[in-house]
Amino acid sequence: MDAGIEDNSNQDFSGYDVRVTDAAQNGDTFVYVIKSQQISSDTEYRVEREFEDVEWLHHCLLTQEGVTGLHGIIFPPLPAKPGPSLSNSEAKTKKKIESLAMVDDWQMYCRALEEYLHLVTAHPVLVKNPAVHSFLKHREPPIKTKVKKGIFNKLTQAVGELRKEHHKDIDDFFQNERDSNLTLTAFTKAAAERTKRSQINFPVALCSSTEIAIACGHFSTALHLGIGQDDDPADYAFAKMCLKLSEVLDTVKKNFEKVAENDLNTLGFNLELYSRFQDAEKEMLFRRTCKLVDVETANKNLGQAKPQKKAAMEDIKKAADTEFDEISGMAKVEIQRYHRERVRAFQKALIELSDSQLQTARECCVELKQQLAEFKQLCA
Amino acid sequence: MSTEATVELALDSPLNNRKREPAQTKPSAPGPSLTVTGPSTLKPPPAKTFEEVCPDDPEEEEKDAFELNIAVTNPEKVGDGMNAYMAYKVSTQTNLPMFKCKTYTVKRRFSDFLGLYEKLSEKHSQNGYIVPPPPEKSILGMTKVKVGKEDSSSVEFVERRRASLERYLQRVVSHPLLLQDPDVREFLEKDELPRAVSTQALSGAGFLKMINRATNAVSKMTIKMNESDIWFEEKLLEVESEDQHLRKLLSVVETLVNHRKELSSNTAMFAKSVAMLGSSEDNTALSRALSQLAEVEDKIEQLHQDQACNDFFILAELFADYIRLLTAVRGSFDHRMKTWQRWQDAQTTLQKKRENEAKLLWANKPDKLQQAKDEISEWESKVTQYERDFERVSATVRKEVLRFEKEKAMDFKNQLVRYLETLLHSHQQLIKYWEAFLPEAKAIA
Repeated sequence: MDAGIEDNSNQDFSGYDVRVTDAAQNGDTFVYVIKSQQISSDTEYRVEREFEDVEWLHHCLLTQEGVTGLHGIIFPPLPAKPGPSLSNSEAKTKKKIESLAMVDDWQMYCRALEEYLHLVTAHPVLVKNPAVHSFLKHREPPIKTKVKKGIFNKLTQAVGELRKEHHKDIDDFFQNERDSNLTLTAFTKAAAERTKRSQINFPVALCSSTEIAIACGHFSTALHLGIGQDDDPADYAFAKMCLKLSEVLDTVKKNFEKVAENDLNTLGFNLELYSRFQDAEKEMLFRRTCKLVDVETANKNLGQAKPQKKAAMEDIKKAADTEFDEISGMAKVEIQRYHRERVRAFQKALIELSDSQLQTARECCVELKQQLAEFKQLCA
Repeated sequence: MSTEATVELALDSPLNNRKREPAQTKPSAPGPSLTVTGPSTLKPPPAKTFEEVCPDDPEEEEKDAFELNIAVTNPEKVGDGMNAYMAYKVSTQTNLPMFKCKTYTVKRRFSDFLGLYEKLSEKHSQNGYIVPPPPEKSILGMTKVKVGKEDSSSVEFVERRRASLERYLQRVVSHPLLLQDPDVREFLEKDELPRAVSTQALSGAGFLKMINRATNAVSKMTIKMNESDIWFEEKLLEVESEDQHLRKLLSVVETLVNHRKELSSNTAMFAKSVAMLGSSEDNTALSRALSQLAEVEDKIEQLHQDQACNDFFILAELFADYIRLLTAVRGSFDHRMKTWQRWQDAQTTLQKKRENEAKLLWANKPDKLQQAKDEISEWESKVTQYERDFERVSATVRKEVLRFEKEKAMDFKNQLVRYLETLLHSHQQLIKYWEAFLPEAKAIA
């Protein structure tokens, strides 16, 4: 099923089915195993990629040449970099979660990358980027040149640029979008933060219910050791009860685990993704706003230009206008697509959340009912 | 869950379903009842089969059930400032012939309960009876109540104490000997009790210190005691091991309670942030779904709170009660030791007296001889009496321990079933909440 290197003449831009099936620590780096298959073909590809390769792909997407209104695209956000890129306090908390909850981080990383690749390959413009093709199909990772930072990350640039963020828009549609983006981003981030906070708490609660289960188990063992044949049947019953109690507490512990997992995997994942996606939208809107400023500046300069410079200014203005229109055109489509997708994804997450929590609660009930029945049968 | 069973032995009376807090979700079974046979002679316990120990057989005939129900309710603050105290209503319902009326309602304060314990302990502990200990004094808890702090922790404190006093009384009256003690009847019947003054010694720390001192003193004796019956040695070890485990369990449950409370507050905050998200959302269907989710999370928060309460009031209090009770059990072993020691000491004294008599005979002092002979017969009878005492107390301790263990098993069973039921109920509620939410989520697109 491993494909060799394919030539680029195969211009098939149909959708992909991408799965990130595995990830492992390889010394300092994290290596993902990515399997993909195009809808139109039967060939399945399997490649190994490091996070650097993903960053390179992202860079290629941002700098693709010859795409009209590229700046107007809301680029799917790059997933979090695995490993020690976390801030100190985050790392400590993560460590704590890892050691207590034993959540498999690598699964989260895989899922995050998988989601990113879905979003990229589902985008009608981005999927046409040859970098995508080579990322998914070529055995050898792509040759990376040094990534030039900053062309598209205007938001993180010089303070002078940031001033433009609040520049009033000429189009109501976009002004509204910029405003609602701000509030939505803030609330999404807050909610994502809260889910993370619960994740920290769940493992701790989990820890203490594990402790109880263990303590109860020890108790029961000690009691059982003391029971002889001639012993008081009350002793025997008591020992059995403690054993049952430790089983119940084990059920409680497993339930804690499952509930936390459900939250994390469904709503938690979605909120995390979309708080980044909101940022990506914000960046796109900012790019457009900067272009708007350029247009207005060009107009002003044209108005103030000396006659000999008029023609040059005219050209600049025309270029700015065209670019601005292209960006706005693309942006409008993108925004509508984005919100459709966002609502759909949110719905999916909410359904998965309630489905999984419902399932977990039902399973727990079944177990508890059983244990309660067994308890009642125990004679005291 | 109430089992009504008559047992032949006077000292053996199963304590059935204890009265539970109003918060219980289980449909109320007929109230707790106590079957007590009239005073009768002591008989060695017949070998019990497993079935006899757990009388769940529905065909068990319902003899004339003598009933005694006790409830401690209506905590009310009396007075102001640092002289204020809590008065509890003690209601008794009974058809036992030893009581003049069928119902009694009296007001009692905490020191009254302590006073009752002191009287009972004075009279009966030395004979090897396991007298149930009262709940502990709590200076911090009471001070908050006295100064009128109406926060949730002082409400919790009062409720905890009320429930604990109720269980205390129920244990006292389920003990066939203690039930017959006139002090108990007076406690339940009399309108006004003389204020118990010397209860300082029975404050939590003081009480435990007293017991620990006695235990330490006696444990030094244990090494010297020629234990003729290995049962006592083994039982004591069991008791000590159980005590250790229960303490561990208690501390771990207390951690769990705190974590659940934290979980609850995190969930509340999460609910808020989801609600805000929903209100800023343009898509109406999504917005509505999000505010529904916020409501669900709010309800879940309440579930966590309630479960934390149950963790505490049922499980933690159960363990705490038995840690205190095990102390009382150790106390009865100690008293047995003391009677043994007294017997040994008497034997030693008798020996000395005999030696003295021999000396006198040899030294030929006839005038002192009569006195010596008198002393010898005095001590001979003392030795005999003390030996009988020791055997009597040993038998009592043994019976008491067996009775205690039976009650303990039943108590644990009842409480653990109750606890499990709250867990189950909690998860059943969860199912309802998510079942209600699922269609909302599906309705978005």
